[in-house]
Amino acid sequence: MPDAASIKARIEAAIPGAKADVDDWTGGGDHFRATVVAEAFTGLSRIQQHRLVYEIFGQEIGGPIHALSLTTISP
Amino acid sequence: MTDQHDNPIRQAITDAIAENEVILFMKGSPEAPACGFSARTVGILQSLDTRFAAVDILPDPRIRQELSELSQWPTIPQLFVGGELVGGCDIVTEMFETGELAELLGAEQRTDVSDPAVADGATLQIENRLS
Repeated sequence: MPDAASIKARIEAAIPGAKADVDDWTGGGDHFRATVVAEAFTGLSRIQQHRLVYEIFGQEIGGPIHALSLTTISP
Repeated sequence: MTDQHDNPIRQAITDAIAENEVILFMKGSPEAPACGFSARTVGILQSLDTRFAAVDILPDPRIRQELSELSQWPTIPQLFVGGELVGGCDIVTEMFETGELAELLGAEQRTDVSDPAVADGATLQIENRLS
């Protein structure tokens, strides 16, 4: 079962310099909400920024992670 | 084309995206959305009086599988405008709030722009009708 802390750790490990705030939206352990700030987003479209984060989780999105709502920010 | 070899579902998705200027792949229908994210996205499009085609991905799991492979986007809903993926609920919401979505869709603002005071004011406030 994914949890907010492990999702945060995985995002920060996968995207160098990223700072992620993750919370469990419903408390049910499957709907998460993340705000990610990363230099890596600079110059990318929103779609590309979100893809960078989604790619970390691959097939887990839509599986154990039912939803991962994203706000991505380039500092 | 790589996506034409004997894959009728992939082909139907490709055709639908090509044939509809604005198309939303969603869970359920605009009248009866089956997921909060789909409902929210439909609400935004409707608040902009946008005409859009909608495809329910739930009846056959292969629709979602093929769509996500095609779009390289894992979640539903997915909004396409002019053949391009705009995004899911988060991006559509963000673009709605900044006015970018109305601009992209060429949506009419519900404001009398013939009023010089309004025409001069560069920013038109978009009322968020979802709250």
